[in-house]
Amino acid sequence: MTQEYSPSELLICLASRVMEDGSTAFIGTGIPMLAASLAQAMHAPNLVPVFEFGGTGAILEKLPLAVGDMRTYNKGIAASGICDIMETSQRGFIEFGFLGGAQIDRYGNLNSTVIGDHAKPKVRLPGSGGGNDVGSACWRTIAIMIHDKRRFMEKIDFVTTPGFLTSPNAREEAGLPKGTGPYRVVTNLCTMGYDEETKQMMLLSLNPGVTVDDVIENTGFELLMAEEITHNDPPTSKELKILREEVDPDGLYRK
Amino acid sequence: MQFAFNLTEFLSFDTERSLLSRFINYLIFKLTFETLSNSPETFIKHIPMSENKKWIPVVAEGEAPLIQPVDLDAFRDHNRKKSKALIDKTMTEEEAIVKFVNDGDYIGFELYGTVRCPMSLTRALVRSGKKDFRIVGQGVHELDLLFAADLVREIDFTYIGLEVFGISGNMRRRVEDGSVKRIVEWSNAALTWRFKAASMGIPFIPSRSMLGTDTFKKSSAIAVECPFTGDRVALLPALIVDTGFIHVHRADKHGNCQIDGISGFAFEMSRACKNLIISAEEIVETDEIRKHPDKTIIPYYLVDAVVHAPYASWPGEMSGLHERDDDHYKMYVQQQKTQEGMDAYMKEWVYDLPDHKALLDKIGKEKLQELTLKED
Repeated sequence: MTQEYSPSELLICLASRVMEDGSTAFIGTGIPMLAASLAQAMHAPNLVPVFEFGGTGAILEKLPLAVGDMRTYNKGIAASGICDIMETSQRGFIEFGFLGGAQIDRYGNLNSTVIGDHAKPKVRLPGSGGGNDVGSACWRTIAIMIHDKRRFMEKIDFVTTPGFLTSPNAREEAGLPKGTGPYRVVTNLCTMGYDEETKQMMLLSLNPGVTVDDVIENTGFELLMAEEITHNDPPTSKELKILREEVDPDGLYRK
Repeated sequence: MQFAFNLTEFLSFDTERSLLSRFINYLIFKLTFETLSNSPETFIKHIPMSENKKWIPVVAEGEAPLIQPVDLDAFRDHNRKKSKALIDKTMTEEEAIVKFVNDGDYIGFELYGTVRCPMSLTRALVRSGKKDFRIVGQGVHELDLLFAADLVREIDFTYIGLEVFGISGNMRRRVEDGSVKRIVEWSNAALTWRFKAASMGIPFIPSRSMLGTDTFKKSSAIAVECPFTGDRVALLPALIVDTGFIHVHRADKHGNCQIDGISGFAFEMSRACKNLIISAEEIVETDEIRKHPDKTIIPYYLVDAVVHAPYASWPGEMSGLHERDDDHYKMYVQQQKTQEGMDAYMKEWVYDLPDHKALLDKIGKEKLQELTLKED
């Protein structure tokens, strides 16, 4: 029997399943925190969450409200500062990085800086923060997005955070560390990856009840298709129980 | 042992020497590298090393001018003149701002999100009437108050927003209506490394962030070919702050400061400030500091003023001491959506209160008690 669940709960479960046990993940505010906490309780007890302002290896019993609050180093193994975390990432220790943004393009470049012209913005957004650093130095980044045409665009207004930039080799040519880059895009409709050769976004699997046409209709660029498109399992009753009772009992982020 | 003679490689090798010595050097080089690594890449990668030692080619430049010049010698002179005596530096927020802040200064706040933010100093700064600041942010509630009061002209920008509560209405209004004249983009790591460069007393620091993006294009960074590896790196200019504000758990009257839990960028920024104003939850005897010298993040000689300000991070939190006041934040988030709402908030919570003590009285003992963490 399938339980009812909200779109956020589905996103959290999908993001959580991507994280591997015994690896490191750079965690930002919101859904990534819940996903990491759920992953620790489900399949990845040895996942080491890393928070940008210095928290390393926290046991996420209580949901952090911000990337610098004391829950980001709850029973942690180290409480240092932003330089330590950013430098650890720059030397190749952080496997997964989570990202978000107002706009994304086929190469996984993200905009969180400005809608419209930089000098005369229509909407000024919060800016890079640690996003550019996560997108530059983490081995594999996972973008979590709401899926619609205003966000999945042919040309985004501003490249805040690097994806594969403009071509398969553009990251390395720009000087970004070898072998790094976008890995997955998790949305309310589907999960996407990137084509090995062209480094362009590719549909991998569909969320329950979603069709390929739904995805195409809501994507503003031509999306590549994997040879076999699979289906994402809905949240299990165990995932939902842990999420609702342990990870976020107050329902701060689940709506 | 074998290697392949490659004419193109040979012709580009050690071009300033005579043909014979070039040939001998080339043989030595090939024997050394190709028998050691058997990788043609190793050889190719080493050619630019010897050639590029003469200059560093600039491959890209950010468009934005520096909004705070890098003057290391002036910084050294300033630091030399700074008193190293163990004097009493305690004073009020208002006294510190009169003494150490001027119109047009480049100012910095250290914080992470709503955590350990120097809010009592921020409110005093807003009330002081000083204006036209250039700022470095990382900003949440403190920069919101400065935007609301229209005190910001130029920004080295990384993140300004309300975290889980969304976009800052105050920041949007001031940026979109042109009150803020110039915005220069950076990443969090880039700004912290810029402090680190100033802290090291060097003019710039290389980094692998920012490259290939519009964030770089709208910054004042420069990308060069690294003279050692040949790869592109971003050079981030040192950032020297005129006056910095940091809130800490405890300090003595001389300015020796300790922070519990994570320390954000307090270490780097405190060393990148010409003037540094500290607020502290608790003023302790120097003997207390000496019991745990390993916890001293900021030594006294960096500090110009010490302000005793319990709950100074309110409505944000202070690790180990008190929680964030979410009730107040929720109210604030509603208020800041419109200019009228924000004006009313500023009148009630900033302008109508003469000092930090008046604010604490207004919040009330009961609320403060509720926010205080109980020892387990």
